[in-house]
Amino acid sequence: MHKVKTLRFKTGIGFFLIGLCVFFLSNVVDEWRAFQGATVAVYVVAIASIILLTGYSGQISLGHGALLGIGAYAAALAQIYAHLPIWLCFVTAVLVTAIFGALLGVAAARLSGPYLAGTTLALAVGLPSIASQFSILGGEQGISFNVGWPPLSLGADFTQYKWFFWIATIAALIMMWFLQNILSSRYGRMWRAVKSNSVAAELAGIGIGSSKVLAFTISSGVAGLAGALLAMTTNNVSPSVFPLALSFSLATGAVLSGVNTLGGVMIGSLALVAIPEIASSASNLWSESENTAMILPELIVSALLILTVFLAPKGPIEKLRARHRH
Amino acid sequence: MFQFINTLLIGITAGSIYSLMAIAIVLVWRSTRVINFAQGGLALASSFVGASILAQQISFWIALPIAMIAGALFSALTEYFLLRPLLKRSGDKGEEIFLPIIATLGLLGIIKTILNFTYGDRIGSIPPPISDKGFVVGGQVIALSPMRILILGIVLFLMVLLTFLFQRTNLGLALRASSYSPEISRLAGVRVDVIRTAGWAISGAAGAAAGILQTTNGSGAISPESFEFSLLLVFGFVAAVIGGIESLIGAVLGGLTLGVILAFILMYIGGSLVFFSAFLILIVILIVRPHGIIGVKGGRRA
Amino acid sequence: MALTVSELTIHHGAICAINNVSFTVPQGQLTAVIGANGAGKTTLLRALSGLNKSTHGHATWNAHNLLHSKPESIVRHGVSHVSEGKAVIPELTVNENLELGAIWRKNKRETRETKDQITSIFPRLGERLNQRTDTLSGGERQMLAIGRALMSKPQLLLLDEPSLGLAPLVVEQIFQTIRDLTTTMGLTVVLVEQNAMGALKIADNGIVLNLGKVAVTGTAQSLIADPQVRAAYLGY
Repeated sequence: MHKVKTLRFKTGIGFFLIGLCVFFLSNVVDEWRAFQGATVAVYVVAIASIILLTGYSGQISLGHGALLGIGAYAAALAQIYAHLPIWLCFVTAVLVTAIFGALLGVAAARLSGPYLAGTTLALAVGLPSIASQFSILGGEQGISFNVGWPPLSLGADFTQYKWFFWIATIAALIMMWFLQNILSSRYGRMWRAVKSNSVAAELAGIGIGSSKVLAFTISSGVAGLAGALLAMTTNNVSPSVFPLALSFSLATGAVLSGVNTLGGVMIGSLALVAIPEIASSASNLWSESENTAMILPELIVSALLILTVFLAPKGPIEKLRARHRH
Repeated sequence: MFQFINTLLIGITAGSIYSLMAIAIVLVWRSTRVINFAQGGLALASSFVGASILAQQISFWIALPIAMIAGALFSALTEYFLLRPLLKRSGDKGEEIFLPIIATLGLLGIIKTILNFTYGDRIGSIPPPISDKGFVVGGQVIALSPMRILILGIVLFLMVLLTFLFQRTNLGLALRASSYSPEISRLAGVRVDVIRTAGWAISGAAGAAAGILQTTNGSGAISPESFEFSLLLVFGFVAAVIGGIESLIGAVLGGLTLGVILAFILMYIGGSLVFFSAFLILIVILIVRPHGIIGVKGGRRA
Repeated sequence: MALTVSELTIHHGAICAINNVSFTVPQGQLTAVIGANGAGKTTLLRALSGLNKSTHGHATWNAHNLLHSKPESIVRHGVSHVSEGKAVIPELTVNENLELGAIWRKNKRETRETKDQITSIFPRLGERLNQRTDTLSGGERQMLAIGRALMSKPQLLLLDEPSLGLAPLVVEQIFQTIRDLTTTMGLTVVLVEQNAMGALKIADNGIVLNLGKVAVTGTAQSLIADPQVRAAYLGY
């Protein structure tokens, strides 16, 4: 027990230090970097929700992009129609998506491997399309979600993107702290037990179905927050913000981070933001052709995916740990 | 009534193409327990092969088999160079299904960039080899056209061919046996590795045929960023899952079910709900039968 | 023509499952390999058919090296393995399971002859050729598993616990069939069994494995008579 407490204390300090770094970072970088920083934080939350589901509870989701979408619409609607303060909009996003996730989780808990992959994939393709069906959701144009200007108390030169960066980072830190705690709680142990040997877990009295539904619910709630944060950075919620490609990039990010550990989540998030930029500047160096500039980032991401799967299938963190042990 | 029959015909044609794609996905799943997300990309690449043959003023009847052979080759190469080494490093749960998906997604990206490099903005085209004008019955044009009959005929022919292959030949016996029990098959003298590659090759050929038919049934044009091929993959996969992922008959039933229901939704409710309906159909079927229409509960290797 | 195993060692990770085992099985004889659970019997058999990798040693059949080949090529050299637990494929029909055993044989006429021979040995299988295998009883499945192995026209038959999970009467019947096969078809048989008494009764020779090592070898009668073997493995 004592050990756990010191561990929690240590991670607490860790989170505080990360927060401090981000604070100083946000003061020295330019607008564009601040915006990218906010995006990285959004991805951290989104990828963490996938890792929780797949790495810890053993369920697969190819449709987390759609869950992000639900969170984003929930937050925007809460702002437009209920005029809730901004932080309550985020809470609404979490709750609404968690409820949806619970419903989906009840179905998902009965499904295995390819069936679950298929269902979540169909969700990712299908859900964005209903947005255009209801006028309240704003059709293809979507609806706006506006967190407002930074409070004046932060100073007159505190920019909008820096404000996004702060909000996203604080949200990400709170979420990571929350997930860390949940994973070291009895629920975390329960998930790992079910994942590694479901028969043994059932014999030990763990309800497999309810454990899976719980994991799906929490993962969805976290994804909902990520969605609201993403909507904040784009200022807008529309089907085109949550395409199938988003679901695939999140899965990609999860694999780059290492599906089985929460610790590498920064790596995947940074990679998702940095690789396209590096690739496009590299292609500008080599070739004037516009076509290359379009193609090269996809080629690099694709090649990196295949390389990761071969060289570090458990993710870079596990890879480093394994090397450390030898 | 007239509209009902028309919609049914459209649905069956589209569904038969989904069935073909679903068969491709089922074949890969049965040989290696992998969902191949590059399947749409492989079909696209094969269709480009078909389109470039057609561009030489060569007959559709030569282009189609050559595209299928190309599809078989692409798919076999994918199995041999990507999946085989990957599956040799067995991962933990969670990784084991995720890693092949990610690897094949990576391959999909690479296929697209290669197509983009070679074809750029040029758009391939696979025009219908025969008339796609509907027959006139009692003064009204129905959805059934010579081209639709041809599509149904080709799909039916390929399915008969596959059934014969699976039920009546040694290769078919080896394919089924290796999928159910690789160990017993090896002890019986089946070269399971080769058979797996063969399973992927047949799948690639089926996917190529689905790709070409999807293109002719649709706009007739293909581009490296083709949306129709993402659709083909998604609907093919959904159809395969509805059918129980293990079963070829299930894949056909799943494809037709999906095609017909979606056609009716498109006709009577509206286009924007088509994708969401695919999800609803899938989840309703899976809630009633968690292992698909044909699937066996608690299959041998869950 | 004999099965010769010398200095065979097999590791499962850090555990040494088979430790420096040597023995010879003369042609046309039935040799029973007995021993407690975890003695390494199955590991030994799986190494001979190419399913397990060995660490060290030799095993040859008919001048063919068994240790560095794949199962699918070993079966082409006249060695058939019936693995543990009714090794049939339930999703296939009885006929397909039999055909699977001969799938690599080119001469279809000879294959048909083999099948006729097998259905005359196991008439129950002949009656049920077009049924799915999961409709068969446990004993019938075990017969089918042996039948499938015979379809490869083997000279050496490796049997892993054919009595497992079967009723005593059925076990007796299976053992009798195995004995008859050895005599009438001139097969060489290695029979791995937990049911030591049943196996030794029909065997010509016996090998007792203990913790991965050969404890005792000898003729089957001498093992049945050996007071130590009786006490440890035969239970009286």
